[in-house]
Amino acid sequence: MAKQGLIEVDGIIVEALSNAMFRVQLENKHEVIAHISGKMRMNYIKILQGDRVKLEMSPYDLSKARIIYRYK
Amino acid sequence: MTKMIFLKSDEEVSLIKESAQVLGKAHAEVAKWIKPGVTTKQLDKIADEFIRDNQGSPSFKGYNGFPSALCISLNETVVHGFPSQYQLREGDVISIDCGVKLNGFHSDSAYTYPIGNVSGEVINLLKRTKQSLYLGIEQATEGKRVGDIGYSIQTYVERFGYGVVRELVGHGVGRNLHESPEVPNYGKRGQGPKLREGMVIAIEPMITLGKRAVVQEKDGWTIRTTDRKPAAHFEHTVLVRKGKAEILTTFKYIEEVTENTTLMVSV
Repeated sequence: MAKQGLIEVDGIIVEALSNAMFRVQLENKHEVIAHISGKMRMNYIKILQGDRVKLEMSPYDLSKARIIYRYK
Repeated sequence: MTKMIFLKSDEEVSLIKESAQVLGKAHAEVAKWIKPGVTTKQLDKIADEFIRDNQGSPSFKGYNGFPSALCISLNETVVHGFPSQYQLREGDVISIDCGVKLNGFHSDSAYTYPIGNVSGEVINLLKRTKQSLYLGIEQATEGKRVGDIGYSIQTYVERFGYGVVRELVGHGVGRNLHESPEVPNYGKRGQGPKLREGMVIAIEPMITLGKRAVVQEKDGWTIRTTDRKPAAHFEHTVLVRKGKAEILTTFKYIEEVTENTTLMVSV
């Protein structure tokens, strides 16, 4: 039986919330709350409104995501 | 579920192999009955009874509420279809996925059959998906990474314009049906967890004839292609070793039954 995998999607930062959380609009117009990943935090990568980012989403809860990459 | 990847000892691997033998024979029992007019529920009953008669239990039944021993996925259904009163028809493409728990360990495998007269392009989809499974298995050796498996599957099937389903993935197998690592059928070389000797993984390419986009039905399980074109699914449970992977599940019994019939898929 196949397992539901983590899905990678792209989105744009709509709004910066507190605690390194962001509201992100996906390509399919859905909005999710995403937090910045530990790796990005560790390397001091800043994210601002309007940045294009790559997100990792669990198939079990589609309203939460993790930001794993910021595009140039 | 934990991200820890369990390595299996030789004894544990031989227990998985026993489970896999029952699984392979169960698949063959079902294959004997695949013809127009048979209902998918009847196929499920055959598998369920065979597994229990051999001291095993069907891994899927009751798994997160799944209702049966088999996933039966027809035509545009990719995976996780429910057995029902639907009668098989000439031209159907039927995917049977099954798991057996024996001695505390699971095994997982799947096969897709063409029923009667099926178009040449669909036959090719089946053969190439089966071939991509073996290409993925070639990558399952010590020192390589999970991404190498997905890369080999993806680059092979995309050559023919097929779609690789992203939302569902292969997985580790052991005391639990689904364990870490996740084994996608797409990927980049050199990415993902490192494969080590003793890892037992299920590699299961799910490939669509048309676009790769899939959608989940309202029953919360069944996955089908958005463009309603057919999809193929083949799966083996495999042991990662140095140099060459060992395929623990087997299609030998299926192939004995389907040899010289229209159900045969040869690569």
